[in-house]
Amino acid sequence: MKIERCKTDVLIIGGGTAGCYAALTIADQSDAKVLICEKAHIKRSGCLAAGVNALNAYITEGRVPQDYVDYARKDADGIVRGDLLLTMSERLNQVTEHMERLGLVILKDANGKYVARGNRNLKINGENMKPILAKAVEALPQVTIKNHVNITDFFVKDNRIQGTFGFNIQDGTMYVIEANAVMIATGGAAGLYKPNHPGFSRHKMWYPPFNTGAGYAMGIRAGAEMTTFEMRFIALRCKDTIAPTGTLAQGVGAKQVNSLGEVYETKYGLTTSERVYGTVSENLAGRGPCYLRTEGITPEQDDSLMKAYLNMAPSQTLKWIENGRKPSQQNVEIEGTEPYIVGGHTASGYWVDTKRATTIEGLYAAGDVAGGCPQKYVTGALAEGEIAAESMLEFLRSHTPVPPEEAAVQEHLAEAAHFLTTDGGLFDTEQLEDAMQTVMDTYAGGIGTNYRFHEKELGIADDKIARLTELSDQLHAADYQELMYIYELRERLLVCRSVIAHLKARKETRWHSFAENLDYPEKDDAHWKKYVNSRMKNGKLEIVFRDLVEEGQNYEHCH
Amino acid sequence: MSIAINAKQCVGCGKCSMVCPGSLIHMNADGKAFIKYPKDCWGCTSCLKECAVHAIRFYLGADMGGMGSLVHTEKEGDVLRWIIDHPDGKTSEIRIHTKQSNQY
Repeated sequence: MKIERCKTDVLIIGGGTAGCYAALTIADQSDAKVLICEKAHIKRSGCLAAGVNALNAYITEGRVPQDYVDYARKDADGIVRGDLLLTMSERLNQVTEHMERLGLVILKDANGKYVARGNRNLKINGENMKPILAKAVEALPQVTIKNHVNITDFFVKDNRIQGTFGFNIQDGTMYVIEANAVMIATGGAAGLYKPNHPGFSRHKMWYPPFNTGAGYAMGIRAGAEMTTFEMRFIALRCKDTIAPTGTLAQGVGAKQVNSLGEVYETKYGLTTSERVYGTVSENLAGRGPCYLRTEGITPEQDDSLMKAYLNMAPSQTLKWIENGRKPSQQNVEIEGTEPYIVGGHTASGYWVDTKRATTIEGLYAAGDVAGGCPQKYVTGALAEGEIAAESMLEFLRSHTPVPPEEAAVQEHLAEAAHFLTTDGGLFDTEQLEDAMQTVMDTYAGGIGTNYRFHEKELGIADDKIARLTELSDQLHAADYQELMYIYELRERLLVCRSVIAHLKARKETRWHSFAENLDYPEKDDAHWKKYVNSRMKNGKLEIVFRDLVEEGQNYEHCH
Repeated sequence: MSIAINAKQCVGCGKCSMVCPGSLIHMNADGKAFIKYPKDCWGCTSCLKECAVHAIRFYLGADMGGMGSLVHTEKEGDVLRWIIDHPDGKTSEIRIHTKQSNQY
C-alpha cells in the first residue's frame, strides 16, 4: 500500500457548497494552509452538480433575518435552533452578492435590484454555480485540493480531533492527514431507504445519491453528539424524474390537486411535511394520483419551464419531450420520495454550538451535515461555511496540532487491507445495500408503509440492520472504488441505526410523514418541545434530551 | 436515468471521467470512456457538458417513461444548446442563454 502523510492547518472534508465557500473565506481572511479532500471532483460534486434553479434563502426587500427564522421554525414546528437560524439568516444576502461577483447570474429589474420569487427566493441561472465556486477555489494558492480522495474516519483522542484517514479511489494511495482544525461538509445521507425506482433508475433521486452520510457516520463513531435524526426529509416531487415542484408551484402558481381535480393542499396545511402528508392521504383515500395543476398555462410559460428544468433537473424536460405533452397540456403528477437525512432541509445533523463547532474539539460542521438549522438551502450552506471558517481561524490562533497516533493509523490501514484482501463471503455490497433499503422501507417508515411506523417495527429494523452490519465485515473490494462502496454502505448502516433510535425516542407525531409514529399519532407540546440528541458510547447509541435554544443566545458546549 | 457514450466519437480526453460526481465513468483498455455503473447515474449531465466532441448522450430509463430520445449539449458562445435526437429520426433543440436568468 502506498501511504501519503500530509499536514495542514485546516482540512475541509467535502468540496461541495459549504466546503468550497469555507475555503474562500479562510483564504480571504488569513494565510492558513487549507486542504480540501473531495471524493469526486469539486467542479461538479455535491448537491449543485446539475445546477440549481433559484436561491431559496434570501432576505428580500422589506424583510429581516428574523422573518426567515420564523418561517423555518414554523415549518419545523418549533424544533429548530434559533441561534443557528438567525446567524445564518444574517449572512444570506452577503453570500448571495459574493456569488454574483464570482459570476452567478441573478435576475434583476430595470433598477438593478434582484427580482424576488415569493418572499424568500431569487431567480437565477444556477446551471454553472458549482463550476463557478470550484474555479474560485482552484485559483487560491494556499488551498490544496485532493480530488477523488475519500475520507473514512477521524483520528480523535481525548475528544480532540487530530486528523483523518482516507484513500484515493483511483490509485489507492492511503492518506494519513494531520490537521489542527477540521471542517466536515460531506452533505447528508441518501440511499438509506428503498428509492422510488429501485431498478435501473435507482439513482434518479432527489438528493445526490453519492452523499452517503459519511460525515454523520464518522462523527457518530468518534462519539460526536448528533441531533434530530428523527426529522427525516421527504421531498414532494414530480413523479418519476423526482424533479423539483417548487418551480411549478411558485413559478406558474400550480396548485396541488387530486385525481378529481380538487385542490387539497389547504386541507392538510402548507408546511413541507404537510404537503407530503396531504398527498399520501389523498392517495390512501382513493383520490390519487395527485398532480400540480399546470393545464392551461401559456405556451410562453411552457417554454420557460422547459428551460428552467434544463438548468437544474434536465430529466424533467426530457420527460415532457418523451410524453409528447407539455405542462400546459397535462398536469404534472407528483409523489413523495423515500426519506433522507439532510440538515439543509430539516434539522438533522451534528449538534453544534453557535460558532458551528461540534462536540469534538477542533471539528466544525457546515451545510447539510450540520443540524439544528433547517431550510438553509444553498445560500445557507454558503453562510454556514463562512461562519465555520471564521470559527476555525479563531481556533487555530489558540491551538497547536496533535499528530494522529501510530496505533490508530495502523488500525485503519489494516481495516482497508482486510476488505481488499479477504476472499469475501457470499454477498456483495450491492446485495447488502438492497437488503438495508428494504428493511428501512418495510420497518422504519419508508414509501412502502406510507412513511408510517410503530415501535415494534423499529425494533425489527434495528435487529436486521445490526445483522447486515455484521455481514458487511466480510465484504470484498476488488479495487479502490469498490472499497469506497463498502465504506459507504457501512456509513449508511450506522446512520440507519441512528435514525431508528431517534424515531423510537420521540414519542409523538410532530411532523406528519417525516416522523409518523403510529403508537403516538398526536403532537405533544407538553413533553416534546425539545431536541432528541444522541451519541455513541462503547458501541451503543445513547439518547440525550436537550432544551430549545433561542435566537440571541450564544450556545456553547459544556465539555 | 443514464448515459450512453459513443466509443467511435470519444477521443479519450478523460474529462467526463474526471467530472462525474459518482466517479462512474472509467476509461477502457483502448483509452475510451465508458460508463462502468450505468444504474448509478444521477442524471446530472455534468459529463455531457464536458464533452467537446459530443460523444455522450443521456436518456431516460424505461422505468421513468423513457421512449428512446437521446440528448446532448453543444456550446455556442454564451448559448448552451440542448439537442434532442428523437427515436423517429427527428431532431429538436432548446437553446439556453447562460447569461440570462430563469424566468421561474
